[in-house]
Amino acid sequence: MAERPEDLNLPNAVITRIIKEALPDGVNVSKEARRAISQAASVFVLYATSCANNFAMKAKRKTLNAADVLAAMEEMEFERFLEPLREALEVYKKGQKGKKEVSEQKRKEKEKKNETDNDKSREEEDDEERMDEEPEAENDAEEDVEN
Amino acid sequence: MSTHTAADKDSAAPANNKTISLPISRVRLIMKSSPDVSSINQDALFLTTKATELFVQYLAVSSFNNGSGKESNSLSYSDLASAAEETDTFHFLTDILPKKILAGDYLKTLEQMQDEEADN
Repeated sequence: MAERPEDLNLPNAVITRIIKEALPDGVNVSKEARRAISQAASVFVLYATSCANNFAMKAKRKTLNAADVLAAMEEMEFERFLEPLREALEVYKKGQKGKKEVSEQKRKEKEKKNETDNDKSREEEDDEERMDEEPEAENDAEEDVEN
Repeated sequence: MSTHTAADKDSAAPANNKTISLPISRVRLIMKSSPDVSSINQDALFLTTKATELFVQYLAVSSFNNGSGKESNSLSYSDLASAAEETDTFHFLTDILPKKILAGDYLKTLEQMQDEEADN
């Protein structure tokens, strides 16, 4: 759960970068406008989640899936997002599959090692978990520079 | 082993950056703040994150194109508030993007209303 209200904000540095990339070069976006877009994005997530959840509930499912999110986009009249979303999901799934194969290989390697050295492989598992975490600290640093 | 994992990470990072730039973990936190939601699968989480990026682009571009700052090359709060009011798909944003009015203008309309009441 979110412990502080600012946990429900999206990182300003990333939002700013997305806005800049979307607009023509040299457009000045006021600080107030950036904040407003960031808040709008959080509200968008909540609205999409609530719509998607309605579809899941209708189907008597407890877990939101990709079809629920796509149906939510249609209901919210963001049909223009459907095609890019499907394409992105395709790419994402391919990437995940690649990752799985890599970790499968690692797992097998580990199992071999496990037979000889148990403690050592436990340490390695910890290392990998840390690698998966989002580098949010970096984003914050970036923001300071821009302002 | 440590050099091994570092190399793996480098090869995976550019592909990830291409598809998504917002942190998935943060989007999950926002989604989970909704009390009805019990669980979200990985694809749904990815799609919502990607959709949010598309939404930010779309909101920025349409506010700029329909806004008043095209000549001065700027995007201001009032352009966003107008977009929320005038575009159907952005209507759900009117609560968090209220149109701003000057205190002076507000007082004038208030006076007018009082005058009308006095006339009646």
